[in-house]
Amino acid sequence: MVSTTTAPFAEVASSNATLRAFLHGLPGVDRVGADARAAMLGTRSIKTTAKAQAIDLAISMVDLTTLEGADTPGKVRAMCAKAAHPDPTDPSVPRVAAVCVYPDLVATAVRALDGSGVKVASVATAFPSGRSSLEVKVADTALAVAAGAAEIDMVIDRGAFLSGDYLKVFEEITAIKAACGDAHLKVILETGELATYDNVRRASWLAMLAGADFIKTSTGKVQPAATLPVTLIMLEAVRDFRLRTGRVIGVKPAGGIRTTKDAIKYLVLVNETAGADWLNPDLFRLGASTLLNDLLMQRQKMATGRYAGPDYFTLD
Amino acid sequence: MSERLAVRKTYKLFIGGAFPRSESGRSYAVTSSKGDFLANAAKGSRKDARDAVAAARKAFPGWSSATPYNRGQILYRVAEMLEGRRAQFVAEVVDADGVTAKKAGELVDAAVDRLVWYAGWSDKIGAIRGGANPVAGPYFNLSTVEPMGVVAVVAPPAGPLLGLVSVIAPLIVTGNTCVVVASERAPLPSITLAEVLATSDLPGGVVNILTGSAGEIAPWLAGHMDVNGIDLTGADADLAVRCEELAAENLKRVLRPAQETVDWLADPGMDRMTAFLETKTVWHPIGV
Repeated sequence: MVSTTTAPFAEVASSNATLRAFLHGLPGVDRVGADARAAMLGTRSIKTTAKAQAIDLAISMVDLTTLEGADTPGKVRAMCAKAAHPDPTDPSVPRVAAVCVYPDLVATAVRALDGSGVKVASVATAFPSGRSSLEVKVADTALAVAAGAAEIDMVIDRGAFLSGDYLKVFEEITAIKAACGDAHLKVILETGELATYDNVRRASWLAMLAGADFIKTSTGKVQPAATLPVTLIMLEAVRDFRLRTGRVIGVKPAGGIRTTKDAIKYLVLVNETAGADWLNPDLFRLGASTLLNDLLMQRQKMATGRYAGPDYFTLD
Repeated sequence: MSERLAVRKTYKLFIGGAFPRSESGRSYAVTSSKGDFLANAAKGSRKDARDAVAAARKAFPGWSSATPYNRGQILYRVAEMLEGRRAQFVAEVVDADGVTAKKAGELVDAAVDRLVWYAGWSDKIGAIRGGANPVAGPYFNLSTVEPMGVVAVVAPPAGPLLGLVSVIAPLIVTGNTCVVVASERAPLPSITLAEVLATSDLPGGVVNILTGSAGEIAPWLAGHMDVNGIDLTGADADLAVRCEELAAENLKRVLRPAQETVDWLADPGMDRMTAFLETKTVWHPIGV
């Protein structure tokens, strides 16, 4: 097995017992404290020029996502056009970071976004449940990479994680990482199914030790999806991981972020927890679909001084 | 035994079926026609207006697709609830307008009757304003009326209850949803009316009532791109001109009554119902 673990933790993944000892040795999360801190940071007032900057930053961090059974090549092409030019009437609007689709639609998205600078991400590994064999998951990943995906969003095996089989989860992530080649790997923890904040912290460390480039909260198919406290815990994990290893890992909350106000709360959280280094699309993303229209409407409100209406933006 | 303390009512806004305080935290003192202090009312802000428009938009699909029969029943239910609170409204109208109790009773009765009258129109307006059109070809040509969407209303400053009911009922009976800026001078009956609306099966968000300064709130509603029409009945001439200019940006339909003062006791006619309707016409080949 090729281990991507960095030096200070070289021995951690040598067996399930060492992995368990390490993960359970992480300090516990104070649930009330985490909830209160996230809520407190959510009350910061970001107005005028700071708000304008935050909106543009948030737009540039969006992973514009469509993960429906009813997705068609036409819908994906329309979404790609929006990703490259979110508001066709205003060229000063930044493009989004990436589009996120199922593996079979990657080729369509890659063609549609050629030369635009928007990356194509694909979910893989039996998304969203992650219930399949490792061979199928690796093949699923290889399919997406071969079609041109620059980023892979994998799901962890929550069943294995919750039953304490951390080594299985670890080895699955390293195997997928190897199948990714040059593509960036985002590991979805599906925090809505992990039950406790302690588990969120453990899963974050497990994914980072196994070689994730990004850790992502949710698939968007399970409620609750991304929440502020969970993102806070993941941001603390990437901050601590950098202090211990020097490696910098990104964070992506996904699902349930619908308004500009929500998005700005996440940006405040990033700045206050991980630090300003993370305030760029290479290290922080927002997985969303309806959020983009709200950001555009707020942007228009600031530009024109009148409240915008959804009739004037594309549906997606 | 000590004397019992008075329990004073807190007058708040009515947005999306709930009674929030103003986002701005402001309030203002409301006085009777004689200048006596009555209560503090919430002083709504532009953000309250924004929230109210969002609530009205959210309520529109459900309300506009409810059957006319159902909308009529709910309006009738509003009338029933209003009738049950007759004494309270009479007292508030006396305070607000300085009229005698007898006159106030007539005004409240007229408001109840107006609701019943409009309730009856719910399933008839389609037949009056739509129908089969004769065309020179082998087609059925049918016109039906549809509500426009979210309508903003500057309620008349005079007639705090009858005037208010007379501007709200014709809008909602046809399936529109609305955001109403209540009379600045006499806002208390409007919030008591909101309590009636909240307990009469009317879905939350169909009617939203803001108290405060029309001069401050109405221009934001007039400029709002997600508002489809605006009724400027209660706006003074300067405000009405300002709102009409702002409303031009997204081609809102604007209603400005011909005369300055409206006699709310007179027969209302159909104009207020038809002002905010769109006509949809379909062609269908005969024999297919």
